[in-house]
Amino acid sequence: MMLQKSETLRAYSLLSPTLIIMAIGILVPFGILIVMSFWTQVGFGFDMTPTVANYEMATERPIYGALLKRSLWMSGMATVTTVLLCYPMAYFVAFHVHRNKMLWIVLMTLPFWTSYLLRVFAWKVVLGYDGVINSALMNIGLIEKPLEFLLYSQAAVIITLAHAWAAFAILPMYVSLEKIDRSLLEAATDLGDGPVMRFLRITLPLSLPGVMSATLLIFIPTTGDYITPALLGGPDGVMIGNLIQKQFGAVNNWPMGATLAIILMLSIAMITLVFLFATNFVRKRIS
Amino acid sequence: MKSGTYIKQVNRPLQFYAVLFLIVLYVPVLFLPLFSFNDSIYVKFPLKGFTFQWYIELLDREPVWAALMNSIKVGVTTSVIATGFGVFAAKAITRYSLPGRGPVVGFIMLPLVVPGIIFGVALLVLLSQLGIRLSLYTVTAGHIIVCLPFAIATMIPRFEGFDKSVEEASADLGENAWWTFWRITFPMVFPGILASLLLTFTVSFDEFIMAFFLSGSDATLPMYIWGQLRFPQAFPSILAMASIILAISFILVFLGQWINRDAHSNTFESK
Repeated sequence: MMLQKSETLRAYSLLSPTLIIMAIGILVPFGILIVMSFWTQVGFGFDMTPTVANYEMATERPIYGALLKRSLWMSGMATVTTVLLCYPMAYFVAFHVHRNKMLWIVLMTLPFWTSYLLRVFAWKVVLGYDGVINSALMNIGLIEKPLEFLLYSQAAVIITLAHAWAAFAILPMYVSLEKIDRSLLEAATDLGDGPVMRFLRITLPLSLPGVMSATLLIFIPTTGDYITPALLGGPDGVMIGNLIQKQFGAVNNWPMGATLAIILMLSIAMITLVFLFATNFVRKRIS
Repeated sequence: MKSGTYIKQVNRPLQFYAVLFLIVLYVPVLFLPLFSFNDSIYVKFPLKGFTFQWYIELLDREPVWAALMNSIKVGVTTSVIATGFGVFAAKAITRYSLPGRGPVVGFIMLPLVVPGIIFGVALLVLLSQLGIRLSLYTVTAGHIIVCLPFAIATMIPRFEGFDKSVEEASADLGENAWWTFWRITFPMVFPGILASLLLTFTVSFDEFIMAFFLSGSDATLPMYIWGQLRFPQAFPSILAMASIILAISFILVFLGQWINRDAHSNTFESK
């Protein structure tokens, strides 16, 4: 009992520097963000009398709701695309790579560590009006003039997001596929399941936790993205992140920006809860 | 061994997909270095000719060097502090019975998931309310918060990979906690520490969102690039800069992952 207690104390004293930094870096700023969302911008200062005017404006003006919906829709699309494209890859490395597994994992995750800004920039170079795809297609004579829909569209943003977040999808799915007990697959085969049934009845259900974490790991951070839409989105591809960033920049209405950030956080939290609840329900129904 | 053989069967379509996947993953990024050597201000096919012109131009630009130095300063400070705190946190998480481990770890890993813009504006609001002027110090503070989860996640498999009883043996033989750490724990987790230093440096060196909200007048390299994106004539020099940054990042991350590779294989294969 004594030992247990002193161990806990030691563990938390080792953790304390990290926890203190995280508290100062996460909890305190969020607290102030919430408080500020009830203020009003007056010139370059704030009127600190609490008011819900910002929240009222956010719900009344259709632009805010529309942008929020579009952001959720676009990152939802990017998430589904990424997870679908990455699942076979995770499956391949988990089941079909026997030597140099680590090399494959490093290769798949390497681009993720490099600058996000530069990867977005790379897609601008690829998809641009005078970009790689257009100039290459014109060069070989397949098209007469550049395809305009490539850049500055929702599709451009979704492609770029899917590309940028691939590593976040592969790793959790790979880990849950790798953990699957191979003897279960043998048992299913011995009992007469073909490859398709075996996959649907054993592999897929057992890898669902990985698929779920991949989904959340991509959906949550991409909803707030503003770099990709700013560089590649055009007017149709503007997301809520761009609006938040503008409130802290050109528009200079910090309380409104804080309000929008809080609304974004709440929407993400709600969708996450619904998602977790729904997947839990489905999993119970299956088993 | 009839059973298990079907798992070892080669799946050609899947292999093809995997190779295609890697190509799509890398090719868009590789266009940056390709066009950085192209003798034309326009980024389009056909390629005109080979040139080092854009790289040579970079050498003469004072702000590029200043931004590079800023990025290195921020990166080194961030990686040392994040890794230092990360060692203790990873030890606490793996070595002791920790009540509330799940929520604590979840809390520490939050910066990996919460949209960067929300962290950026929240920290900006905090700093402005405290009356702290934006500078390289505030960027560094933001980067430490972003990098700590990476540092901890890199070192946890290291701690899990070696036997706790070695440390206990050292304690039984009369070493105190301080020397046990330096003579047993530190050498064992050293590859993890090195990997964490390299990876967190790279994350900080490449980081843009925190720098965007928390920079004062001194720009880091990604901020400098962002500023240059408005000028079409600066495009080739951005390509050159981007290629250098990509090359440095790839090498550092590859080194980091390679040094730490057996830690990963421990965790993956024991499961």
